[in-house]
Amino acid sequence: MSEIAGAPGTADAADAPEPTAERKTSEVLHFAVRNPKLLIGLGIVLTLLLTGIIGPFFIDHDPNEYVGPQSQPPNGEYWLGTTSFGQDIWAQFVYGLRSTFLIGAFGGGVAFVIGTTVGFVAGYKGGIIDEILNMLTNVVLVLPALVVLIVATAYLDVRGIFVQGVFIGLTSWPWAARAVRSQALSLSTRDYVDLARLSGRRTWRIITTEIAPNMSSYLVMSFILLFGGSILIAAGLDFIGLGPSNGVSLGLMLESAMKWSSLYLGMWWWFIPPGLGITTIVGSLYILNVGLDEVFNPKLREL
Amino acid sequence: MWRYIGRKLFVYLLTFVIAVTINWMIPRFMPGDPVRSMLSRASVGNPEALQRMNDYYTGVFGFDTPLHEQYLAFWGGLLRGDLGVSVMLYPQPVLDIILRSVPYTLALLLPAIILSWIVGNRIGAFAARKKLLDNTVLPVGYVLTAMPYMWLALLLAWSLGIVAGVLPTSGGYSPTLRPEFSWLFISSLITHWILPFLSMFIVALGGWAIGMRNMIIYELEADYSNYLQALGAPSRLIRRYAFRNAMLPQITGLAVQLGTVLSGALLTEIVFNYPGLGTLILQALNNRDFFVLQGTFLFVVVGVLIANFIIDIVYVLVDPRTRVQMTGGAA
Repeated sequence: MSEIAGAPGTADAADAPEPTAERKTSEVLHFAVRNPKLLIGLGIVLTLLLTGIIGPFFIDHDPNEYVGPQSQPPNGEYWLGTTSFGQDIWAQFVYGLRSTFLIGAFGGGVAFVIGTTVGFVAGYKGGIIDEILNMLTNVVLVLPALVVLIVATAYLDVRGIFVQGVFIGLTSWPWAARAVRSQALSLSTRDYVDLARLSGRRTWRIITTEIAPNMSSYLVMSFILLFGGSILIAAGLDFIGLGPSNGVSLGLMLESAMKWSSLYLGMWWWFIPPGLGITTIVGSLYILNVGLDEVFNPKLREL
Repeated sequence: MWRYIGRKLFVYLLTFVIAVTINWMIPRFMPGDPVRSMLSRASVGNPEALQRMNDYYTGVFGFDTPLHEQYLAFWGGLLRGDLGVSVMLYPQPVLDIILRSVPYTLALLLPAIILSWIVGNRIGAFAARKKLLDNTVLPVGYVLTAMPYMWLALLLAWSLGIVAGVLPTSGGYSPTLRPEFSWLFISSLITHWILPFLSMFIVALGGWAIGMRNMIIYELEADYSNYLQALGAPSRLIRRYAFRNAMLPQITGLAVQLGTVLSGALLTEIVFNYPGLGTLILQALNNRDFFVLQGTFLFVVVGVLIANFIIDIVYVLVDPRTRVQMTGGAA
């Protein structure tokens, strides 16, 4: 969703890092462990990820089951209180974290694969292929993703997290394709790429062995942004009521909190945790990304 | 310049054709019978009326004709401005229903986009390369962009609307009033508009501030900035030059972000039950009114395309380099 926010490489489009030996790895590590943004962002994301992975094992009932008294504020037994049906909000939150990371990885993954493929091919091949792919990218870029997704998923009677991920991936790749294309374009005129071409290597091998490794940091950052973006889009879809059927997610929690007017009943413990969860995950991902940018790009280092 | 605008127009036209084709394809190629699933929720008690609706919609889809004829008929209807008839508000035409909601969405969207862009750019430009400010603006900006629109809307509705009780949280105007041109009605419109506007404005603000900050830092490193500095120009002047250069990517960014802000508007409207397109989409979904849904989709796409085109023209006006190409300068 955030094509602008911290998109990598507005500043370093021209000069991708040159390949060097292991010394570079240790140098990156040296700056990585001294970068507070990177450490804080990574710490929060990992903590939430662990909560989402491990947490559900400590909950012995279904998150949508009516287990407790109704409309309880947070207390010792139900850490985040209960809904007006008596569902345990902490249980929903923990399961919701898990599915939020899943949809991020899945939707972001699909978008990443499409985006980088289109970007590499367009940037490396150039000419008419570039023209066609560029046009395709622009078309998908202009279409408002959420609205397309609403229309597409409205006809499905049963929706799963898998289908949601594929659909999100199919609509959110264009800016990544554009970014990768411009990088690949500048890299593909380098001498070592020409050399590889002269030696008769296949296009695909040149892309994967000569071009991609030289922009690996860039690719990692693009993936992180796509990851955060698909979490936000998925939350929006869930909120409209097009989330996974019978599933649990942070977006669906917001939807039911809205639908059963928690706002007017003053049940703040119902709608604050899911939104806070999403904001924390995506926000830490963005800050982590800025940290990574500073680690990989010597120009931005402040040490 | 004309080549540039011509290319853009071609892409937009292509996008429109693709959007219409998607719209035509989805009900036909998704699993299930669209007419039956659509009418399953229609609240029609009388079986005769239901049969009539069933016949009508089957006729609209034209399932008995070959596919290419269905496609052409679809375009024909579209070009006559016929988007079909609503199921939930049968027999009102979809176009009328949409046109009733559009002013509310525009009233939210346009001020929120433009103001957040202007204010965000100012904040970002001001904070760049100032240690203390930068360290607050940057994290706050990232947290704001990471916020789901509906969540901030819920927070504002709860804190300002319910707890503090200063602003209404539901509807486009007070339910006791009728739309008329009176001071009472207009003030009710405005008080109902503030909260949804504010929540959209705040979420959108963060992204612009961050983008501008990054661009300014980049510009301040450029040769012309260093040269000006070496000449002893005041830093205010250098920043002014940097700002003008940093504006260009932000204008492009405006076009790219349009879809995101628009989805934000739809979600915010749902929270506040604001009578715009977002609430309409929700109602259409709940009633499985696919005609309203698809009509809204087309309408939104056309709106986004027009807005993109306007941004392109503004870009040409602002950036002299695109104009040079018109007079035969180097491309």
